[in-house]
Amino acid sequence: MEVVYDIPLIGWLIQFVVYVIEVMPIIAPTIIGAATPIALGALCGFMNERSGVVNIGIEGMMLTAAFVAWWTASLTAQLLPGGEPWLFGMTPALLIGLVAALVAAMLVSLVHAWLSITVRADQIISGTIINIFAVGITGYLNLLVSRSAPPSAGQFTRWNPPEVLADIPVIGWLLDALLSQGPIGLGLLVAVIVMQVMLFRSRWGLRTRAVGEHPEAAETVGIDVVALRYRNVILGGVFAGLAGAYLTIEFGNSFQGEMTNGRGFIALAALIFGRWTPLGAFGAAILFTASEGIQRAVRFGPPEGALGDFLASVPPQFYSAVPYLVTIIILAGVVGRSLAPAAVGKPYTREKRERRRPEEPAEPATAATEG
Amino acid sequence: MTKDPVTREELHEEQPPQAAVPEQEPRGAARARVLLRQVLLPASAIVLSLVVGAVIMIASSPLVRGDIDLSLPLTAYWALLNGSLGSFNAIVSTLVQATPLILAGLAVGIGFKAGLFNIGAQGQFLMGALAAATMGVATADLPPLIAIPVALAAGMAAGLAYGFIPGFLKAYTGAHEVVTTIMLNYVAIQLVAYVISGPLRGANVTFARTEAITSAALPVIAGRDGHIGLLFAAVAVPIMAWMLFRSTLGFEIRTVGANPDAARYAGMHPRLLIILALSLGGLLAGLAGATEILGQVRHMPAAYATAVGFDAIAVALLGRAHPVGILFAGLLFGAMRAGAGLMQIQAGIPVQMVNVLQAVILFFLAADLIVRAIFRLRAAGVGVDEMQTITRSYGEQTAK
Amino acid sequence: MTTERPPRPPLLEMRNITKRYPGVVANDRISLDVRGGEIHALLGENGAGKSTLMNVLYGLAVPDEGTILMDGTPIEIEAPREAIDHGISMVHQHFMLVPVLSVAENILLGDEPMANPLLLDRGAASDRIRELGRSFGWEIDPDAPVGTLSVGWQQRVEILKALYRKARVLVLDEPTASLTPQETREIFDVLRRLKADGYGIVFISHKLYEVLDIADRITVIRRGRVVGSRIPSETDEDDLAELMVGREVQLTVDRGTSHPAGTILEVSGLHVKNDRGREVVHDVGFEVRAGEIFGIAGVAGNGQDELVEALIGLRSVSGGTVMIDGRPATGLSPRRLHQRGVAYVPADRHRYGLVLSFPITDNLCLNDYYHPPYSRGVVRNEAAIRENAERLIEEYDVRTPAAGVTAGTLSGGNQQKVVVARELDGDLVLLVLEQPTRGLDVGSVEFIHRQAIAKRDAGVAVLLVSAELDEILELSDRIGVMFRGRLVATLDARTTNREEIGLLMATGGREAAPERQPAEVGER
Repeated sequence: MEVVYDIPLIGWLIQFVVYVIEVMPIIAPTIIGAATPIALGALCGFMNERSGVVNIGIEGMMLTAAFVAWWTASLTAQLLPGGEPWLFGMTPALLIGLVAALVAAMLVSLVHAWLSITVRADQIISGTIINIFAVGITGYLNLLVSRSAPPSAGQFTRWNPPEVLADIPVIGWLLDALLSQGPIGLGLLVAVIVMQVMLFRSRWGLRTRAVGEHPEAAETVGIDVVALRYRNVILGGVFAGLAGAYLTIEFGNSFQGEMTNGRGFIALAALIFGRWTPLGAFGAAILFTASEGIQRAVRFGPPEGALGDFLASVPPQFYSAVPYLVTIIILAGVVGRSLAPAAVGKPYTREKRERRRPEEPAEPATAATEG
Repeated sequence: MTKDPVTREELHEEQPPQAAVPEQEPRGAARARVLLRQVLLPASAIVLSLVVGAVIMIASSPLVRGDIDLSLPLTAYWALLNGSLGSFNAIVSTLVQATPLILAGLAVGIGFKAGLFNIGAQGQFLMGALAAATMGVATADLPPLIAIPVALAAGMAAGLAYGFIPGFLKAYTGAHEVVTTIMLNYVAIQLVAYVISGPLRGANVTFARTEAITSAALPVIAGRDGHIGLLFAAVAVPIMAWMLFRSTLGFEIRTVGANPDAARYAGMHPRLLIILALSLGGLLAGLAGATEILGQVRHMPAAYATAVGFDAIAVALLGRAHPVGILFAGLLFGAMRAGAGLMQIQAGIPVQMVNVLQAVILFFLAADLIVRAIFRLRAAGVGVDEMQTITRSYGEQTAK
Repeated sequence: MTTERPPRPPLLEMRNITKRYPGVVANDRISLDVRGGEIHALLGENGAGKSTLMNVLYGLAVPDEGTILMDGTPIEIEAPREAIDHGISMVHQHFMLVPVLSVAENILLGDEPMANPLLLDRGAASDRIRELGRSFGWEIDPDAPVGTLSVGWQQRVEILKALYRKARVLVLDEPTASLTPQETREIFDVLRRLKADGYGIVFISHKLYEVLDIADRITVIRRGRVVGSRIPSETDEDDLAELMVGREVQLTVDRGTSHPAGTILEVSGLHVKNDRGREVVHDVGFEVRAGEIFGIAGVAGNGQDELVEALIGLRSVSGGTVMIDGRPATGLSPRRLHQRGVAYVPADRHRYGLVLSFPITDNLCLNDYYHPPYSRGVVRNEAAIRENAERLIEEYDVRTPAAGVTAGTLSGGNQQKVVVARELDGDLVLLVLEQPTRGLDVGSVEFIHRQAIAKRDAGVAVLLVSAELDEILELSDRIGVMFRGRLVATLDARTTNREEIGLLMATGGREAAPERQPAEVGER
C-alpha cells in the first residue's frame, strides 16, 4: 500500500483518505463535540429561514445563552449548594442555568421577531444589532462578574452507553461516539430526527413551508402568517440557547468574551449546505468541524512519511481557519441559493393592516401569471 | 374595452395628485425642516440609548459598586465626556479614535450605497494593518519620505484585495457578502496570528509581536497622539461625498444599489460596480488599519484586537450611509471610545458598555416607529432606507 | 324567471360597505347581494374599488361602516379563516398557490386532514381530490408540484381549492386574465354548472363581453360607488363602458392603415434559455418593418419574456441572429442597442423601467446619463438633467408637483408615462412594447396606444408583446402567436379574428388540448 502513497499528489490524497478513515473512531468524539453547537445553531436558523425570516443573529443568541447559562449556574450553585447530582451530573444549578439560557435566547429571538416581522426592519440589520449587543452585554457583565472570581458550577457529564454498542461491526464506533454525550448533545440527535420528520409530515411542517415560500397564499387559506413566524422564531431561540449553554455547561465550564467565535455563522452555512433540512444541516456541521478532529489526530499521531511531515508542519492557525474557508466555498456556489425558501427575507405585509400609503399594493405572486 | 388587469391601482389614479404626493423638493426653509427631521431621528436614538445604558448601569451597579448606585450613570457619562472632550489631549484622542472609524465607516457606507452589507471592514482593516506593519518593518532603513507612502500603499492594496474577494464572489457566484465577509474576518485573524507568530515575529520581544516600526511611523501633528492620519479621514469624507453624488461613477453605484435590474438596462455593469464598491471599501478600511498601526500602535501584536469592525457598521448606519453623516457618527463613536478608558477607571464601567450603547442606538434606528412615537416625530418619509434594502438580495442571484 | 320574489333572503349580502384609506374613500356605501344559483358580476376598471370590497368580504380589510349578511343574518369577518368558515371561498387574481408544494398540499393547506394529532393523513385527501377533479372531467395528479403546471391547470387547482372547502359563495377575481378564449369558455361551463348546483358566484372583471356572456346580473362600480345595476339582456358594451368610466368612451383607438417600408428588425432561428438553463425560445424567426406594428400574442409564460429580454440585450442568445436596420445586432448590450435607436417599454416598470427611489429627473435620462450633456467626463451636469426632465414632463403630460419628486410617489399611470417619455424621445428605429398598459386606467391606456400608433405613422418599427389579446387586435398590423417557445403562426390582422388567434394561443395549431393534466409545461 505504501507504494501507492508515493505517487505524487494522488498518492497523498489516497493516503490522506485512508488516514482519516483509520483515525475516525478516535477523533469522532472530538468532531461530534465541535459539531454540536453548530448543528444546534443551524436548527435555530432552520426554524427562522423555513418560515421566511433571515437570522444572522444566531451568533449573538448563542453568546448570550452561553453567558447566561454559566453565570446563572454559578450563582445558583453559590446560593443552593447542591446535593447529589442526578443523571448526567445534573445539579439544580446546572438545570437552572440551562433553563435560564433558553429563556434568554428566546427573549432575544423575540426581539429579532419583533424587528423583522412587526417593524419589518431589514432582517440582516436586526441580526447584526443582536450580535453587537450580545458582545457588549456579555463582555460588560463578564468583566464585572469576574472581578469576584465566581466559582464554576461544573458541567453536565456524559452518558456512557453499554460496551456492547461499540462492538457492532462497521458503525459501532459511530453509535458509541454519538451516544457518549451529555444531555444537550443527545438532545440534538433527538431534535434532528424529530424536526426532519415534522418538516415533511406534520401540519406544522406543511404550514411552515407554505409560509416560507408564499405567505400570501397561506394567509388566504386562513393561516395566521405573523403568528406562525413569531412562534417559529421564538422556538428557534431554544436551539440557539441549547447551543450556547452547551459551550459553557456541557462541553466546557467557563465563559470567555466572544467565545462563540463565529460558530453562529458557520451554522448558517451548514444550514444552506444541508438544504434547509435538519438532517442535512447536521451532516454539514460534522463536515465543517472535521478539520478540528484531523488537527488533533495529526498532533498526536500523524500519518507516516512525507504526508505526515507536511501535515505536522501546517500551522495550527490554518486548521482553525478551515471551517471559515469551507463556509466561503460552500456559499460560493457549491450549493445554489436558489433553493432557499422563496419568501425568505421579504417582510410580509398583511393586507388587513392599515397601510400608510394607499398606493402600496399587496405583493402579488408574479410567478403565477407566468405559468 | 381593451385593458389589462393585474395590479390593484388605487382610486386616486385619476384625481389630481397633489393630495397624495408629499412635497419632496422643498426650497429654502422647507429644506431646512427636512434636514432637521433627518437629523432628529438619529439624535433621538442616541438620547434613548443613553437612557437605556443608564438603566443597565443602575441595574448592574451592585456588581460595580457593591450596592445600588443611582448616580453611577452620571459618573460614567461624565467620565465619558471628560475623557473625550474634557481637555485638548482628550479632543485629540477623540479625533485619533474617530479616524479609523470614519474611514472604515465610509467603507461600510459605500457598500450600502451599492446595496451591499460590507461587514468585512474588520478583516480588511486587519489585512491593511498587517501589510502596513510588514512594510513598516521592512523599510526600517529607508527614509520616512519613502517608508510612509510605501507602508500606506501596502495597507491600501491589502485592504483592496481583501475587499475584492467577497465582491468578486458576490458578483459572479451570488455568495452573499454578509457571510463571506464575516468568514473572511475570522480568516484574517488567523492569518495575522500566524504571520506575526512566525515570519514577522520580532527578535527580542516578550510576547508575539512585530519589531517596532520606526521609519514608517506617521508623524504626530497635534497633542501627544494626533498623527497625520487625522487628515486622511478629513480628506476622505469630501472626496467620497463628491464621488457619490456628483460623479457619473457615483450615480452608477447608487443605481446598482437602488435597482440592479434597471441599472443593467441602463447599460451599467452591476457586477463590476459591486466589485468596485467592495474593493473601494476594502481600500478605505485597509487605510484605516494602516493608519492605526503606523500612527497609533507602531508595532503589531499577533493577537491584535480591535473593535473597529463593529463600530464601523454602527457608524455607517447612524450616518445613513452618507459621507457627512458618517463623519459625525464617526466623531461620536470616536468620542465614546476615547472616553471609555476614563469611564472604566473612574466609574468602573467596562468599555464593552460602548458596544451596548451602539447596539441600542441601532435598535432605535431600526425600530424608528418607537422613536417617532416617543418624540412625536411625524412620519413623512423619514424612514431609514438603507435599513430596508440589504436583505433583498439574500436569496437571489445578482443581476448579471 | 317568474315575477315573484323568492321569500328567502339572499345568500350573501354586503350592505352599505364603506372603507376609507388616508386620502381616499375606496368603498363608499356599496351594496351588493348574491343569491344561490346566480352569477353576479362586479364590473369596474382598475382602481374602482373592487379589490377593496373583496378584501373586506374575505376578512383582509375591516370596513369602517356597513354590514355583511349571510342568509339574512349579520356576520363579522375579521380574518380569511372566518370567511372560509362561513362558506365564502375566493379564487384570487394572482394565484395563491405555493409552487414547491404539491397539488394536494396546496388544496389541503389550512384544512389538513390528520392521521393523528401530529402527522398528516396524506392518503385520504388524495382520493377526494381526484374524485372532485373527475367530476369536472379533469384528471388530477395530486402529487405533482404546482409550479410545474400550466396556467390553465393552476386555475383549475385554485377552483378545486375553493370547492374542497364546501363553500357556498364563490368569488372569482379576474379569473380569465391569463386564459385563452378556449380556456375561458371551459371555465364558464364550469361556472354554469356550479350555478346549477346552487352556488352563489361573484364574478369580478373588467372585460365587458365576458360579463355580458356569463352574468345574470351586473353591478358597475366607479370611484368607490355603485353607479348602476343591469341585466345583460337590457344593456350592451357601450352602455357598460360609459357607466364604468363615467363618460362616453371610444372603445378602440382607430389605428388607420399602416404603410410599412423596409425591414428594420429581422430575427431568425433564435434560441434562448431561461435562468434554469432550459431552452424556452426555439427557433423563432420574424420580421418587423418600419411603419408597422407587429404584435406577438400568447399566454404568458410561453417564452415571450425571454424573447424580449434577448432582443433588448438583457439575456444572452444561445443560437440564431438578430439584425437591426440591416446590421448584425445579436447579443448587443442594451446601451449599444439604444445607440442604434432601439427603445423598450418594459412589462415590469418597477424592475427595468424606473428606479423608484430616484427623482424623476434621473429616471428621465437613465439611458443617456453617461454622455454629454448629462455628464461631462466624470462629472454630472445637473442643470442639463433638469432641463431635459422639465421638457419631457411637459411634452408627455406627466402629472407631478415638481421634476425632482421621487418616482415612487407617482401614480402607476404617471410612472408609465415617465418610462414612455424617456424611451420615445429621440430618433428611434425600433420600439419594443411589452405589456405596456398593464394595470393602468383608461386614460393612460388610451394615451399609450395613441403614442404607439403615432410612432408607427412616423416610420418606426413597433414590436408589441402582450398577453392581452384585445390590445394585440386593436393595435397590430400583423400578428404572431407564441406557443411553447415557438412562433407558431404569423397572421395579417385584417384577415384573422379572435377565435383563430385564441385557438393558436391554446394549442399551437395542433388539435384541441388534451384533458389530461400535462406533466411539464409552463416554467416559472
